[in-house]
Amino acid sequence: MAGVPEPVTVPARRAPRLLARAARRASVPWLMLLPALAVVGGVVGYPFFRTLYLSFFNAPLLSHVRTAVGLGNYLHAFQSAEFRADVVHTLHFTVGSIGLELVLGVAVALFLNRPFVGQRFLRAMLILPLALPTVVNAVMWRWIYNPEYGALNALLTQTHILGSYRTWLGTPGLAMNMIIVADVWKNFTLVALLVLAALQTIPVELHDAARVDGAGGWQRFRFITLPGIRPALLVALVLRTVEALKVFDIIYVMTRGGPASSTKTLSFLVYDEAFSFLKLGSAAAYAFLTVALIMVFVGVYIRLLQSRGVAG
Amino acid sequence: MRADAPARPRRAAPGPARSAARRRRQVTASVLTYLAALLLLGFLVAPFLWLLISSVAPLADLIQRPLHWIPPHATFQRYATIFFGADGRDFRFALRNSALVAGIATSISLVAGMLGAYALSRYPSRGRSGLLYVMLATYMTPPVAILLPIYLMLGRLGLLNSVLGLALVYTSFLTPFLTWILKGFFDAIPEEMEEAARIDGASRLGSMVRVTLPLSLPGVITAILFGVILAWDEFLYALIFTSSTAAKTLPVAISEFTSRFAVDYGLMAAGGIVAALPPLILAFALQRYLIAGLTAGGVKG
Repeated sequence: MAGVPEPVTVPARRAPRLLARAARRASVPWLMLLPALAVVGGVVGYPFFRTLYLSFFNAPLLSHVRTAVGLGNYLHAFQSAEFRADVVHTLHFTVGSIGLELVLGVAVALFLNRPFVGQRFLRAMLILPLALPTVVNAVMWRWIYNPEYGALNALLTQTHILGSYRTWLGTPGLAMNMIIVADVWKNFTLVALLVLAALQTIPVELHDAARVDGAGGWQRFRFITLPGIRPALLVALVLRTVEALKVFDIIYVMTRGGPASSTKTLSFLVYDEAFSFLKLGSAAAYAFLTVALIMVFVGVYIRLLQSRGVAG
Repeated sequence: MRADAPARPRRAAPGPARSAARRRRQVTASVLTYLAALLLLGFLVAPFLWLLISSVAPLADLIQRPLHWIPPHATFQRYATIFFGADGRDFRFALRNSALVAGIATSISLVAGMLGAYALSRYPSRGRSGLLYVMLATYMTPPVAILLPIYLMLGRLGLLNSVLGLALVYTSFLTPFLTWILKGFFDAIPEEMEEAARIDGASRLGSMVRVTLPLSLPGVITAILFGVILAWDEFLYALIFTSSTAAKTLPVAISEFTSRFAVDYGLMAAGGIVAALPPLILAFALQRYLIAGLTAGGVKG
């Protein structure tokens, strides 16, 4: 490090003082990191391990009496049909919204990378869904889906696509897909903006050269565009997947997990367990299983990133 | 038009028929482009536009079947209710609380983030870069995994249902993110500029304040923008940790608004618009910084 003096050139009697100074200098960066470390350790680290600890107890929210149950909460979770159903709901939401967001995001980014009048304006309009608060987005779509007065029902009946009004959020098989649409509308813009930024770093000459060599549109996409946007895509994939696996707000506002628990996700399960049934211990166990699920996904992505990185 | 002229170079012979065909193809292509552009514009804007229309359309027009898309006249009564009426009282408190929480949380995270990012950028070491990844890993922690102990902690400190308590909780997700953004900006400023200042007699802190800070102003603006937008957006912590107008933020108020005034869809829409305006205005006004922040956090990682 630049601040540490060479010990060889230092006379022996001055060494302790200089060593002290070097130590002081070396501690400066740690001192500067202290506030950030205090925040992360105090508000994330400690509660995180505290949750882990709680998950081994039977701990009612409104009482101080806690009894250790070992792995009981986890065993109970794995035997619970409700937990399994909520894992499926969470995966449904995650796979559905991420898939659509990636396809739509890449398509829109490719489109907005072509020059045409109004292209800059459309790029700026991507900010509208992105910056709209999640809860406002949820309220807005709930109003659009309203079974009696909603704009979606009005649009589809007036264009004769639908014969009669439907209860979009009140039908078990349908509600989750409607939430996915609302989520995709807001969040595909993040993918589009990230990919668009990456597209602008691909030199035009590369495409021109490939065209001269006779490469078709698909080949140019496959061998020039895709490698160019892969890092951005992976970042978008990780960011959106983590967000989707911990989804709570849009579901709380749009359906409260209903109808018939068909849109209840893992975060919602933890919330219910802790604040409706007041069972902190099993809520903590469910929370940790959610963390485990996120880690599995992120681990797979990292493996994917590394293997692709070696391959090309 | 001679079809049997392979000897002539292709682009030198744009006969009238061929150029007409090409022009037709170009026209078709640009028609398709603008159709797609229109479709995309509609998709991006229509839902929000409907919220906007709903906020000013008389209720009778909103609950009409078949629905009339453009109301015959506009009413701004709901905005008056929100800003001045008795029914808007809770909403106004929520507006204040959201602003306070976003302000306090962003300020704390900005100071912690700037110091941390500077250390990570100027004194790189293996231990510290490992630390950066630990901080980023906190992003993978779902709020429900830390919610319960924080709830108990805040209760013990008497910070439940308080703006300060909620702001402190928000620093947990803002600080790692702002540190990451600011580190990217600090990395882009050559260290030689600080060294030059130090040779001229400035201290380490002085060179940071007088040289690096002004140069990293775009980074600071970006960090503030993301801090405010993320804090304004947060829902789950606010739902659990607040219980009255003393600390409830806009997302919580909006979610309750919709169950309490479920009959007046217009009022709900107006509330949504008002809650959405601050982040929308910030994001559009500072869109250069928004994109810079997204790509700094994204493309490099």
